[in-house]
Amino acid sequence: MYKIVRKRILNPTVTQIEVDAPLVARKAKPGQFIILRVDEEGERIPLTVAGTNPEEGTVKVIFQVVGATTEILNHKEAGDYLQDFAGPLGVATHTEGIKNVCVVGGGAGCAIAMPVAEEFHRLGAKVTSIIGFRNKDLLILEDEFKACSDQLIVMTDDGSYGRHGNVTVPLKEMLEAGEQFDMIITIGPLIMMKFVVAAAKPFGVPVTASMNPIMIDGTGMCGGCRITLIQDGKRVTKFACVDGPDFNGYEIDFDEAMSRGRMYAAYERHAYEKACNLFKDA
Amino acid sequence: MAVNPKKHEMPTQAPQVRAHNFQEVALGYPVEIAVEEAKRCLNCKNKPCVNGCPVNINIPDFITQIKQSNFEEAYRIINQSSSLPAVCGRVCPQETQCESQCTLHVRAKMDPVGIGRLERFVADWHNAHANEKAQAPAPNGHKVAVVGAGPSGLTCAGDLAKKGYKVTIYEALHTAGGVLVYGIPEFRLPKSIVAKEVDTLKELGVDVETNVIIGKTLTIDELFEMGFEAVFVGSGAGLPNFMGIPGEAYKGVYSANEFLTRSNLMKAYKDAPQTPIMKGGKVAVVGGGNVAMDAARTALRLGAEKVYIVYRRSMEELPARREEVEHAEEEGIDFRLLCNPIEILGYHNPDDPRDPKNGFVTGIRCVKMELGEPDASGRRRPVAVPGSEFDLDVDTVVMSIGTSPNPLIKSTTKGLEVNKWGGIIVNEDGLTSREHVYAGGDAVTGAATVISAMGAGKVAAKAIDEALSGK
Repeated sequence: MYKIVRKRILNPTVTQIEVDAPLVARKAKPGQFIILRVDEEGERIPLTVAGTNPEEGTVKVIFQVVGATTEILNHKEAGDYLQDFAGPLGVATHTEGIKNVCVVGGGAGCAIAMPVAEEFHRLGAKVTSIIGFRNKDLLILEDEFKACSDQLIVMTDDGSYGRHGNVTVPLKEMLEAGEQFDMIITIGPLIMMKFVVAAAKPFGVPVTASMNPIMIDGTGMCGGCRITLIQDGKRVTKFACVDGPDFNGYEIDFDEAMSRGRMYAAYERHAYEKACNLFKDA
Repeated sequence: MAVNPKKHEMPTQAPQVRAHNFQEVALGYPVEIAVEEAKRCLNCKNKPCVNGCPVNINIPDFITQIKQSNFEEAYRIINQSSSLPAVCGRVCPQETQCESQCTLHVRAKMDPVGIGRLERFVADWHNAHANEKAQAPAPNGHKVAVVGAGPSGLTCAGDLAKKGYKVTIYEALHTAGGVLVYGIPEFRLPKSIVAKEVDTLKELGVDVETNVIIGKTLTIDELFEMGFEAVFVGSGAGLPNFMGIPGEAYKGVYSANEFLTRSNLMKAYKDAPQTPIMKGGKVAVVGGGNVAMDAARTALRLGAEKVYIVYRRSMEELPARREEVEHAEEEGIDFRLLCNPIEILGYHNPDDPRDPKNGFVTGIRCVKMELGEPDASGRRRPVAVPGSEFDLDVDTVVMSIGTSPNPLIKSTTKGLEVNKWGGIIVNEDGLTSREHVYAGGDAVTGAATVISAMGAGKVAAKAIDEALSGK
């Protein structure tokens, strides 16, 4: 069992927990993920590591309440225990040789983008962060981004905070103004990442996208997390759990990934409603 | 007294009943039948059956004890060679191992003694009647780490623990058992039996650390730094293979590993599970191995109205155990032999990109095959018959065409040599290219049987003991 040491509500649907998991805390690097199960009958869900404290032996993860499992998880408090917490899994974000990076995060994806931005900052790279949210109420981690970014641009879809519009607007402006990023790293909804790739393409800037497909074991056994890359015109199957989660944005078949992500949409909606009702009754 | 030429049948659930539940198919011998079956054994001096057993169980001796109704003594004899008798009695391919060597079968052309069924009987009798715990032997002061709590790892750990080694098993998943819990379905191997075998190991003093992924959470080098003197790697099969045909990314296409893991390990077969799985409709399972049979029969029990096995060769080449194939046929699985998928078909509404049905499987396009000249494996190579394409309407496709080794340990362990398929290279003792690092099971051989993995665990345990006991 793994104790939740601290819990912090970041916005009405996004929560941060720090979990006692010393072995994971020693090893986890930005870009890697863990798999957790809330209880004995629970689903295995992957969550990206949002930070570690190796001395204390804790691992920080941030999750958005999107379904039954995250709803149940959100009802756990500091002092409660999680059934399972395994990791770190996946390949850490590639940082070598990158001196000028643009980190583009969207929504809850910013939780994953933040430790990546921090890592580049720590390594001495110039960090530009563009983070986007639907509205002001959903904004998370602004102070953390500020602390590790040479420049931070906050976007909201409705203009209720920061600049009005989506994250590709300032990205395009900077690229058009001649900004020479070594790498754009994008983490967020698939549709946003697809458009970030499209925005960067005319300028030939490399884009890394962090994928978050449906997973079960997360250790390279089930193949559920497969995504398709298009390499030299050929379709190549890769597994996000061991080959990723970061991939070359230009190669990813985003439309396929979006479709696969909705495989259990109907089931999930039903399960989520049931889980919500459970807590209403209680 | 004349020997009954026929093996005693084991009672099973009726096909039309069992096709709709996850309870065990085969129900095991009652005591009287077990004793009668045991009496068929000639107790030959040269014991050919023992050589047919990958872990060399002293078969005539345990059967002799059954004849005399000394079931606990029979268990003790099996347990000297096998740490998982209740498992092996159920899932071993005895017909190609011990039973294929049985004198009754080889010399007298009768049915062989039902060794597997008797092994299962003894193990189940023990589990139902024995209540004393296994005794941990006096520690010998040596520490060994085992990577993976599957059949090879559990066997290696059990053998070493019985000799007084302090063994820690590191398991990546949340439950010990490996393929016995994620792969083999409940109706063939109840999970309570696996849990019981794992508990027995714990009583012997074995520590089982779940949620530790060797290669990620800890490396093999760190295990040595932690004071382990030898490491056995039984990390199992790896990433599932796909065919590389169009449509494999449609929703409703699973690897057998994923489909079975959802149902078995994650208990998606239960009512209102937290882990979803596609249930019902029509299902095509591609492949002809035991895993394909397990997937097809699982799909049926999940409520499928029709389940196909699509296999590109004929029944003669189909690699699954006969018993499993017969069970599957009795349950109504439709075998489409000499058929090869060329495309998976999906739904696409040209007028509505938001149609929730978009991207879901609607069928599988196959081509008929005929057998040509023998290939490198000696089996006749299937060749597509031009113009023979046809479609099967299905909602779910399960690809069961093998796996490739998992890269996690290889990529983080310097000096560990692998072959061109990614399997870890070992010598006859299970020793790898790294000193004091042993390996066995699917991580070495690629997908094989539970018992061959156990055999490898056993060989490595013996070699580890020889290497460390002299220290």
